[in-house]
Amino acid sequence: MEKKQYERPIIKSLNQGLMNKFGSRTEYTPMTHIDGCAVKDLLEEYGSPLFVMSERKIRDNYRNTKRIFETRYPKVQFAWSYKTNYLNAVCNVFHQEGSWGEVVSRFEYEKALNNGVPGNKILFNGPDKTDDDLRAAIKNDSPIHIDHLDELYRLTEIATELNVNPRVAIRVNMDTGIYPMWDRFGFNYENGQAWDAVNKIMANGKLKLVGLHCHIGTFMLAPNAYGIAATKMADLAKSIKNRYNKMVSYIDMGGGFASKNTLKGSYGLGADSVPEISQYAEAICSALLNAGFDNDELPYLYLETGRALIDDAGFLLGSVISNKRLSDGRRATILDFGVNIMFTSFWYDHKISPAQEFGQHTEDSVLYGPLCMNIDVIRENVTLPPLKAGDQVVVHTVGAYNITQSMQFIALRPAVVMIDMKGEPHVIKTKEVLETLEKGEVLPDYLSKFSL
Amino acid sequence: MKVRKNVAISDSGFLFNPSSGDSYSVNPIGQEIIQMLQEEKSELEILDYILKEYMIDKNTVEKDLYDFLNMLKNYKLTE
Ligand SMILES: Cc1ncc(COP(=O)(O)O)c(C=O)c1O
Repeated sequence: MEKKQYERPIIKSLNQGLMNKFGSRTEYTPMTHIDGCAVKDLLEEYGSPLFVMSERKIRDNYRNTKRIFETRYPKVQFAWSYKTNYLNAVCNVFHQEGSWGEVVSRFEYEKALNNGVPGNKILFNGPDKTDDDLRAAIKNDSPIHIDHLDELYRLTEIATELNVNPRVAIRVNMDTGIYPMWDRFGFNYENGQAWDAVNKIMANGKLKLVGLHCHIGTFMLAPNAYGIAATKMADLAKSIKNRYNKMVSYIDMGGGFASKNTLKGSYGLGADSVPEISQYAEAICSALLNAGFDNDELPYLYLETGRALIDDAGFLLGSVISNKRLSDGRRATILDFGVNIMFTSFWYDHKISPAQEFGQHTEDSVLYGPLCMNIDVIRENVTLPPLKAGDQVVVHTVGAYNITQSMQFIALRPAVVMIDMKGEPHVIKTKEVLETLEKGEVLPDYLSKFSL
Repeated sequence: MKVRKNVAISDSGFLFNPSSGDSYSVNPIGQEIIQMLQEEKSELEILDYILKEYMIDKNTVEKDLYDFLNMLKNYKLTE
């Protein structure tokens, strides 16, 4: 006689269950395949855990977002925010789609150049550009987005010394009704700093003011804040035009649109409750179109959208190491990936699906990573079918910031695979090995020997 | 270990404890175990039964059964 498929016996109190009405079925619907590749096969081939990027999803997201903006405004240019995910394969998918590059450090800048992005299509942001960085950006004709007065002075000196006129924008921060206000970057709009910076640039004549830049925050849940920001940016552009009879060629609205993730403590699942891209687009584009620019002087709209384009194109696959019962009776499941590679689990309740079929019954569990530290919690409370050692899971919406912010701690970092448009997987980053880790380490001779 | 006689369990795995008014859901294998406990089967007999009926190794069943019985005790369904 054929034996039956085993499932761990579970009993779940319904009195508790009723409170938890968001433990919806969609959370634990098994996900056995990603773009046609079986999760089981991917883990067998490339090891567990494993990051998987969907090329199809990236291109879909990009094309969709671009279309939404282009149907509302005639001059739109995206610049891929390298820090969000700077694996070269990922960047190049965006560049193939027509996106420029946006960088905030020298090594990101070099990465963009090495990827083949023309220098004049790399926007150089960030508060920490060295003289050498500035010289490189000048040489390549990259728009330099000035963050503070020291940088403005330094850049003016370098431009004088080289006898060139670098293209610059200033980063503007402002009150958009959002708390906390991101006022540590750039020049403030309301207190006149931004206008003052403009006047300094215009007065010395060394720098060519070609744009205005802002980035009002991240995971912004209020599209209206972008409308306010765009209006203030447009006002600044018009003041420049009125005073100096010179129109900036672009207004860069930065990034910050929410991705389909669920912020901790929020009510409902992120996928259902975050604003649609079209709401952000409507707010920005109508503010710019209603600003009263002359038709032939309409500035370009630059966008540095990061997470909203890539988050749901990234998955983290992993395996169950063990199950435990905590002292208070809660179920705990230990997984083979921790917060060191899932930094965003500190602020998102990531959706997690089992990668194999299960019965109807579920239980509430806390999900831990394998690191020997108390903060290694992937989900504080999640409703899942009974998982046993060796079972596999898929974490959703991890394409933004997890790979770039990952730390090497206790465990070596996993490989990253991209599934192409035909459903073929490609390794785009190999798994770390001890040599990766020790590269750059130097052991002084006198410490090379010991006897125990 | 015995499950309280007055604990009622439906075919769909809905379990009701009249002494406390609390209700629970139990998966099919859990139902079988509770039934066997109500028939006063020993833990060893239950273990043997599961190993005979299901594709699973002894260590896993031992661990899971121990945990399940503890949960029944926790929920005060045993006497
Ligand atoms: C200047 C700038 N542009 C773009 C981004 C991308 O933001 P997001 O991923 O929230 O769209 C950031 C992120 O912090 C940023 O600082």
